[in-house]
Amino acid sequence: MIMGTRIIADMYRDSVALMKISSAITLLNGVSQASCIMATPANLDLLREAGLITGDPGARPNEVLIAVEAETDDALIAGLDAAEAALHADPVVAESGGMASEPLRSIEMALDANVEANFTLIATPGPFAAAEAFKSVQLGLNVMMFSDNVSIEDEVALKTQADQAGLMVMGPDCGTAIIDGAPLGFANVVRRGTIGIAAASGTGLQQVSCLIDAADCGVSQAIGTGGRDLDSRVGGITTKRAITALGADPDTAVIVLISKPPAPGVATAVLEHAVATGKPVVACLLGHVPDGPGLPGVSYARTLEEAAQLAIVASGSAAASTQGGLIDGPLPGLGANQRYLRALYSGGTFCYEALTMLGETLDGVHSNTSSASTQTLNDPWTSAANTVLDLGDDLFTRGRPHPMIDHRLRNDRIVAEAQDPATGVILFDVMLGHGSHEDPVAAMVPALSEVTARDAGGPVLLGFVCGTQGDPQGLDRQRAALADLGVLLAANNAQAVRTAAAILEGAA
Amino acid sequence: MSDLFDAPLSVINVGLAQFAGPIRAAGADVVDVEWTPPAHDEDIARALARLINKADIETANQTAFGRYLAAQPTLRGVGLARDVLDGLGERMILHSGPPISWDEMCAPVRGAIAGACVYEGWAKTPEDAETLAGSGEISFAPCHHFGAVGPMAGIISPSMPLWIIHDPVHDHTTFSNLNEGLGKVLRFGANAPDVITHLEWMRDVLAPALVKTLERLGDLELKPIMAQALHMGDEVHNRNGAASALLIKRLIPAALDAGLDSKTLSDVVTFINSNDHFFLNLSMAACKSMLDAAHGVPGSSLVTAMARNGVNFGIRVSGLGDRWFEAPASIIDGLFFPGYSTADANPDLGDSSITETAGIGAFAMAASPAIVQFVGGTASDALANSRRMGHITFGRNTAFTLPALDFMATPAGIDIRKVVDTGIAPVINTGIAHREAGVGQVGAGITHAPLACFSAAIAALAETYVD
Repeated sequence: MIMGTRIIADMYRDSVALMKISSAITLLNGVSQASCIMATPANLDLLREAGLITGDPGARPNEVLIAVEAETDDALIAGLDAAEAALHADPVVAESGGMASEPLRSIEMALDANVEANFTLIATPGPFAAAEAFKSVQLGLNVMMFSDNVSIEDEVALKTQADQAGLMVMGPDCGTAIIDGAPLGFANVVRRGTIGIAAASGTGLQQVSCLIDAADCGVSQAIGTGGRDLDSRVGGITTKRAITALGADPDTAVIVLISKPPAPGVATAVLEHAVATGKPVVACLLGHVPDGPGLPGVSYARTLEEAAQLAIVASGSAAASTQGGLIDGPLPGLGANQRYLRALYSGGTFCYEALTMLGETLDGVHSNTSSASTQTLNDPWTSAANTVLDLGDDLFTRGRPHPMIDHRLRNDRIVAEAQDPATGVILFDVMLGHGSHEDPVAAMVPALSEVTARDAGGPVLLGFVCGTQGDPQGLDRQRAALADLGVLLAANNAQAVRTAAAILEGAA
Repeated sequence: MSDLFDAPLSVINVGLAQFAGPIRAAGADVVDVEWTPPAHDEDIARALARLINKADIETANQTAFGRYLAAQPTLRGVGLARDVLDGLGERMILHSGPPISWDEMCAPVRGAIAGACVYEGWAKTPEDAETLAGSGEISFAPCHHFGAVGPMAGIISPSMPLWIIHDPVHDHTTFSNLNEGLGKVLRFGANAPDVITHLEWMRDVLAPALVKTLERLGDLELKPIMAQALHMGDEVHNRNGAASALLIKRLIPAALDAGLDSKTLSDVVTFINSNDHFFLNLSMAACKSMLDAAHGVPGSSLVTAMARNGVNFGIRVSGLGDRWFEAPASIIDGLFFPGYSTADANPDLGDSSITETAGIGAFAMAASPAIVQFVGGTASDALANSRRMGHITFGRNTAFTLPALDFMATPAGIDIRKVVDTGIAPVINTGIAHREAGVGQVGAGITHAPLACFSAAIAALAETYVD
């Protein structure tokens, strides 16, 4: 070992600064020990004890002494030089004074930073989402819970607590909303107008708002309530709050209510609440259509398409509807064995809608979701007869991203259905809007191009795009890409379902 | 709800950053929370949620914080532990941090206890003393249980002199031992004969001289000295040069007039003058005074002690009585004296984190930017640390201001809810003890209180909380 010292005259450095340099020099190759000190008698004693100096190095208290122990002469010189350079180096000046703002780490901290905040959008794992939602409500914030996997008990407690505080909890499992024109979660870019929506169905909200946009009409507010809001245990707490708000909102002329099949008692209660606003009400509570005339002031819709049309008419728009009926042009024929529909939805409400429509027209409809008129698949991974699937079901998404984001699961299923000679029509949705896949049709190309061509005996591919001209993926571009792949294009789900049924009936 | 449509939408986005863009593009305000699961534990997260923005907790905290602010720690005198500590056993030794048994103690604390046994005359040698200490004949308790605090091992035995700090506002007294100076000292576990001799000198010469001096001087309020020192480059935990100078400036005229013989006067002044940390123990006892005032307010979520015994880190909470909430003490990130490294370091040790609990020390790091270089930081990091602590505290102490932050008052009143909710751990400046007894200080650095202490306290507060 070789030892050496160097004295830097007339320099004062803080002991901490010197220790910092010492530790940096110690890390250099070939250096075993190093120390920089103000050469006070006490400090010199310290270095002697550490074996870094012997005798008197001749340094005075107003001088910095560098002492290095190294394996080679070169390493010693390098160590001394590096220490001297560090002593003379200019201090690092952090950009913008280093006072970058602190990241916000909690809702309360965010509220401190922005006292105007009135809304929390929560997308965290479910059990934590409930905790964040309770905090939000206690802090006086409205909440949208994108998260799912929140217990029904938490949902009831949250919504009750919020209701008492005059706040609204949208969700859990609220995928989409449009508040003051701002798309929240998975929302489409919809023009603003006079139609207000309260929906216990994300896909339903997206479909109806997109159809309204396609008819050159617009949405005032679109409030998601969470899929279980019309469950008897929740009792429509958020739906009622939303109705009250839409009723009071001067920009809302028509109120549209959308849900998957609701608890009948709750459906009646929210409809009565809606009628009490005095505004025209369109109700598309799938499976909930009265035998008689129903409540005065309520227009009942059987499909999302019909809900959009009724809302457009009720809002006073003269726009002629181009929807309804079947797709334009002659329907394709099927081979003798091609008997069955295989509908592969990424949007859950489309699945329910298809089931309520097909119950009247097709026999032997199977699904992974339960419904009065259908049979539950024994094995959801294998279709039986006519099969209508919600691929966004937890059953399929466990450990995977939702099919609106990741198309692999559905691509595999499309290929599998196409290989079944009994498959007559493969029906699918394509969801656009913020949050959805940035180019969904491109993501589907590998599967769609693997399906045997029609003229070689392949099944009919029938699709529709749920989106608007304003959506980032480009509605026209997505539709054109589907058409290029030989996909028949419907305007919406209801039209697609009717067309599928007609194709299968024509074959039969 | 009409609120939501009446006021412009202003969103706090939690969990999925990609949702913010479209909202912002539509013209609404969005702030993003960099969310991580609170305590990474669902049950703690739910317990915490129950306690957020509850009027009774806010009121309790206001009460506790008001008492903390109102406390006026005043140096009143010096006395022997057996004379001034209520309930101190004849053969009892106090140590830093939360309770711990002899078998579990770290080497520096055992070494210091052995030294104290020799000092008390209970054993002839440190070896005999260790046998005695392990025999069950000596009882141990935290300093904190007696209103006292001590740096590092924090050893207080019956015949040790203590600073007596009285808070006239709450008529409450706190204590700390006297700082022995640097080098081979008891608080780092040294127990050689010269260490004991020095302790005896402190008892027989220093303490009586201080008693006489303080009698002359009269009561000395400590907060003004601490406040002034903060304006002179101290943070009054790891840097006490200015405060020690200010103290001796007050003491000397009184000492000169106290009838001390010239040898005593010279030795005492030389001793105090040689030790930049002489004020530390007063700073700690003053902080203990302010925090004891805040302790014991039912429902309050404010931290009233953070202390380490070299094995565990413990905290106490105003509304949770005498319970300690503990987690393993951390190894400190810092700079080491020549010849030492992390491998030599004892886990975090000492009651001195009472200073951070009271809003000074690392919380006032902006007053003492040089400190931050211990972990390779810049002066602006020091300012950022002081600002960051403001996110986990109930309020600010206008008695202590930070010139570099435009005289912002120091953040104070650590709220366990905010710590767990943000995941921001209280920062602590500290010396590093050698893991073996008696080697002494081997470095200094910056560490953070373990979050697990705060999570455990949240669970306990939620258990007692009735909605």
